Amino acid sequence: MKKIIFILIICSAVVANAQTPTGEEILKKLDANMTSDSKIVHSKMIIHGRRGSRTIESKSWILGAEKSFSEYLAPAREEGTKMLKLGDQLWMYSPSTDRTIKISGHMLRQSLMGSDLSYEDMMEDPVLSNIYTAEIIGEENVIDRPCWLLELKATQKSVAYFSRKLWIDKERFLPLKEELFAKSAKLLKKVEIKEVVRMNHRWVAKRVSFKDELKKGKGTEFVIVSIEYDKKIPYFMFSKAVLRK
Amino acid sequence: MIKFLVNGLLRDRQRSLFPILIVVIGVWITVFFHAYLKGVFGDLVDSTARFSTGHLKVMSRAYAENEDQKPNDLALLGVDQIMTDLQQQYPKMTWVKRIQFGGLLDIPDESGETRSQGPVAGMGVDLLSHGSSEIATLNIEKALVSGRVPQNPGEILIGDNLARKLKVQLGATATLLTSTMYGSMTMYNFTVVGTIRFGVLAMDRGAMIADITDIQQVLDMQDAAGEVLGFLENGIYNDEKAAAIAERFNAGYQGKEDEFAPVMGTLKELSNISEYLAMGEKFSGILVFLFVFVMSIVLWNAGLLGGLRRYVEVGIRLAIGEHKGHVYRSLIYESVFIGLAGSVFGTLLGLASTYWLQTQGLDISSLMKNINMMFPAVLRAEITPETYYIGFFPGLFSTVLGTSLSGIGIYKRQTAQLFKELEV
Repeated sequence: MKKIIFILIICSAVVANAQTPTGEEILKKLDANMTSDSKIVHSKMIIHGRRGSRTIESKSWILGAEKSFSEYLAPAREEGTKMLKLGDQLWMYSPSTDRTIKISGHMLRQSLMGSDLSYEDMMEDPVLSNIYTAEIIGEENVIDRPCWLLELKATQKSVAYFSRKLWIDKERFLPLKEELFAKSAKLLKKVEIKEVVRMNHRWVAKRVSFKDELKKGKGTEFVIVSIEYDKKIPYFMFSKAVLRK
Repeated sequence: MIKFLVNGLLRDRQRSLFPILIVVIGVWITVFFHAYLKGVFGDLVDSTARFSTGHLKVMSRAYAENEDQKPNDLALLGVDQIMTDLQQQYPKMTWVKRIQFGGLLDIPDESGETRSQGPVAGMGVDLLSHGSSEIATLNIEKALVSGRVPQNPGEILIGDNLARKLKVQLGATATLLTSTMYGSMTMYNFTVVGTIRFGVLAMDRGAMIADITDIQQVLDMQDAAGEVLGFLENGIYNDEKAAAIAERFNAGYQGKEDEFAPVMGTLKELSNISEYLAMGEKFSGILVFLFVFVMSIVLWNAGLLGGLRRYVEVGIRLAIGEHKGHVYRSLIYESVFIGLAGSVFGTLLGLASTYWLQTQGLDISSLMKNINMMFPAVLRAEITPETYYIGFFPGLFSTVLGTSLSGIGIYKRQTAQLFKELEV
């Protein structure tokens, strides 16, 4: 009898252990959910500055993790501004000057269109498991959803954030909250998902709030107007020539 | 009596040469260093006023809190109305608006691709308005190394070193890449029409000067400016007057919670140079005190040595009936002539060396690569009315004091002992 009880205890422990995924596994599932071969996103960025709010509208064509092309549609001052990301390089085109300039060095740390996001954020590899190791450090509820609390540590020196804390929806594998830290453990940014919708058979964060903790202001809201996954995007969309068209 | 004493001094060089040399050197050093400190600190105040703070500066409260970062997102709005009001209230003063900004200057090649790129610390100033004082205030014409002052919108001046580094020719297009008041990255094409060198390293490091209307357009700052600078009448800073104007202006906005309400500060408050100015004044005072103190001790010693050498002479003079007080006074009179001669020659030498440093200057730019103050790259002395007398009176006083101390020994001589002392 004692033997049977002992075997049952061992088995239940093994089963329980098998049901709890590791941090790495959760991160890989999150990556699989968040990334796609290609996507076309129409979005709005509402920037709540110290002097008021303004909205910037853009459309982006994204191919994997390496290539993206964005065109700003509004307001009038930003209309026609284009950005092209190819690997670790970023170019910006301004229609008023008809110039294409590569953004590099410290310019990458500047705010993207005055928002709480930086160009560096835009340049980072969206596949987190490529640049971070993950460890589960707890479980918490965020907007009434049970979440894994993951701590990510960078495996590369060149990343913008040395560590991250992610609250990942246990069922949908979507990050509902995120905190980004510098190497000194100083909190740099906070990301919170305000609205999640089902689009194209995926759970999508429709409204996300970004807050640069080093800036005064009320943060930036990123709203997805529409998103299309795995659409065929012509190859020329990712060449420098398209910037001046 | 005077002729007698002067002849004595001239004929007995041992009595006059050494003390005069001491006084000359002391006065020379005092005059030179006083003028040097005046020149350096004067240039510092002048450069700070012209390039950075004016005599008075108006900013928004939020901008003033982070002034070092030149946060144009917190700039003053409705700046034209503020300037009109200030001009009406203080018609004898000059008020100008300025925008300081940072960015990248990108020089394209024939195909429009980046050929060279460098960081700029730019300033938008009123270059094109009729009667604008900014070209004179910033000494732009004097600072021009090549080309001309902008005469049309879209024209800029850049630092001569930056122009060399970017290999940009006059008339070439340069694209400014910077952030708007709202934080968006923006680009604007300018034409380089001249290169400048102000001789102030904080200004020359990546300098770019453009007309303020262009910069307002580029940075999306219509009717906005980072700073409004005020210059007192005749361009001379008067701290009391400036403080009174600032107090009156700020009282009008007291009690308002708005973080973007304007706030006025004086050159002394804003520039962090008040400590340096006070230090300069202290240095001058210490220099004069040290001079008088050291010279008095040296001349006291010289007097004692002279007293030993003239021991017999003083003894005979006392023996033949001259009063001790008369002998003592005659030594004091001698010291007055020594002091006068030393002070005159010392002041002349001091003025000559000061004039040399005033006109030639001392280039210290290689030692100041990382200094962000409006410190002049070439140090110059400045001859002021004070320079003519700053060493003169201490020179005279120290000689008289030294002789007064050493001459006290005369009163200790006993007439009864004189013949024994003189071995008669």
